[in-house]
Amino acid sequence: MIVFENVGLRYGLGTEVLRDLTFRIDGHSFQFLTGPSGAGKTSLLRLLFLSLRPTRGLITMFNEDTATLSKDGRATLRRRIGIVFQDFRLLDHMTTYENVALPLRVLGRDEATYRAEVVELLRWVGLGERIDAFPPILSGGEKQRAAIARAVIARPQLLLADEPTGNVDPVLGQRLLRLFIELNKSGTSVVIATHDIALMDEYDARRLVLHEGRLHVYD
Amino acid sequence: MSTTEPLDRGSEALAEPWDDLEAAPLGADRPRVATAIVPKSSIAGSSLIAVIAIMTFLSGLTAGAVSMVVSAAGDWRSDVGQEVTIQVRPANGRDLDADARQAADIARAAAGIADVRVYTKQESARLVEPWLGSGLALDELPIPRMIVVRLRSGAAPDFAALRQALAAQVPSATLDDHRRWIDRMRAMAGAAVATGIGILLLVLAVTVLSVTFATRGTMATNRPIVEVLHYVGATDAFVASQFQRHFLILGFKGGLIGGGAAIVLFGIIQAMNAWVAGTPGADEAEALFGSFSLGAVGYLAILAEIVLMALVTALASRLTVNRTLERVD
Repeated sequence: MIVFENVGLRYGLGTEVLRDLTFRIDGHSFQFLTGPSGAGKTSLLRLLFLSLRPTRGLITMFNEDTATLSKDGRATLRRRIGIVFQDFRLLDHMTTYENVALPLRVLGRDEATYRAEVVELLRWVGLGERIDAFPPILSGGEKQRAAIARAVIARPQLLLADEPTGNVDPVLGQRLLRLFIELNKSGTSVVIATHDIALMDEYDARRLVLHEGRLHVYD
Repeated sequence: MSTTEPLDRGSEALAEPWDDLEAAPLGADRPRVATAIVPKSSIAGSSLIAVIAIMTFLSGLTAGAVSMVVSAAGDWRSDVGQEVTIQVRPANGRDLDADARQAADIARAAAGIADVRVYTKQESARLVEPWLGSGLALDELPIPRMIVVRLRSGAAPDFAALRQALAAQVPSATLDDHRRWIDRMRAMAGAAVATGIGILLLVLAVTVLSVTFATRGTMATNRPIVEVLHYVGATDAFVASQFQRHFLILGFKGGLIGGGAAIVLFGIIQAMNAWVAGTPGADEAEALFGSFSLGAVGYLAILAEIVLMALVTALASRLTVNRTLERVD
């Protein structure tokens, strides 16, 4: 589904932060992306999310060479990828319902066609009572779940999560992991960037380990 | 797997991660009014509305004034174009009255002439009275005689032939068809229109610049929203439309306020004009500037400017948003 071949990335004239990355992410797969702080996890996620371009190498996503994509082409490809940010990136002036429904609104769908779908997903992530709440009054865990719901509402083929348990307690972290596992069971490939070893020990999955800009894959 | 197919996690195997927290949401099935993706409060709307209103007001005044000048010039041209004058100068050995009569007869005989009137000595004296004073012994002065020739409506008399006939039979008579005066009026009306267009272009330029600055500020304020829209797969066109919608509304509001104020002002001037009608000052002003009423063309021009301002505002904001988005990935 996603193939990296000899991908390198540098910012400006600095040294390469990612070197010779060669790996693939298959459909329906589940993997943790880990490594020490500053190892380049977020940079790799940004490459996976098309918000950065590699300085060398080839990235193929869904059979498309990302280097040849137009800006609108990248936007269309992003609709097949969901991303959960560490800082949630929810829009404070919109309700939880509207935040979660945003990807469908961007697709031009009428509100009546997705209302039940969004409500069902919000119930599924335990935010059934928080539909009309605004993000500033949600707890950290609730924000995280709203961000996850927004990332998966349009049925992406790939879900990227950047430190999804970084701001929550261990119990909530386990719940979130359960949520990702259930999403993976329903067919979504999942990449969770984390340095939470306890979380990774909870579930036996492929590990992509970044160290000094290089990637080591443990299947 | 399609990105738009309905969410289907209907498999029995899927657990409910938050099943113990589940509770029926209140009003989950009711339709929700979609909040604007770009919040209205993030745009410096009232300042921009004020700028657009002032600009529309100024361009409305300009359009109205130009419309009145053009209309007045047209009236003058039409009045002056309806008549020509023959001037018969005194000449040695010739009878001025006989020459005037003969010139009038020649004019009457020409095609396309409705009426010919020879000014009497007294009328001629009144014409020069403002410059020479009253009580003059006219016989001692070589005052020319005027003949006013009114043209038949729609007729195009052969002035060259008339001029030739006068030169042959009354050498001291000259024909003035007011061509120079009409040309000057046409040039003045053209200059007024050109000035109006120049002012309108300047006003549009100021509006575009104001909208551009306001849009840049709004984009900077809403950058997190733009980023989130990109993350959820929005195209630049979708993002731009979210901003353009706001600016189109702002443009219309500003245009309506400014254009409406201009229309009201012209209405008040027209009402005051009707109120003072008949007084000597009003008559003189009307003779000089034409009536102070803004015709249908003037009102239509102001209404067109309201629409133009809204469109220019929307277009300027869209171009600015597109340029800004090109730099954001």
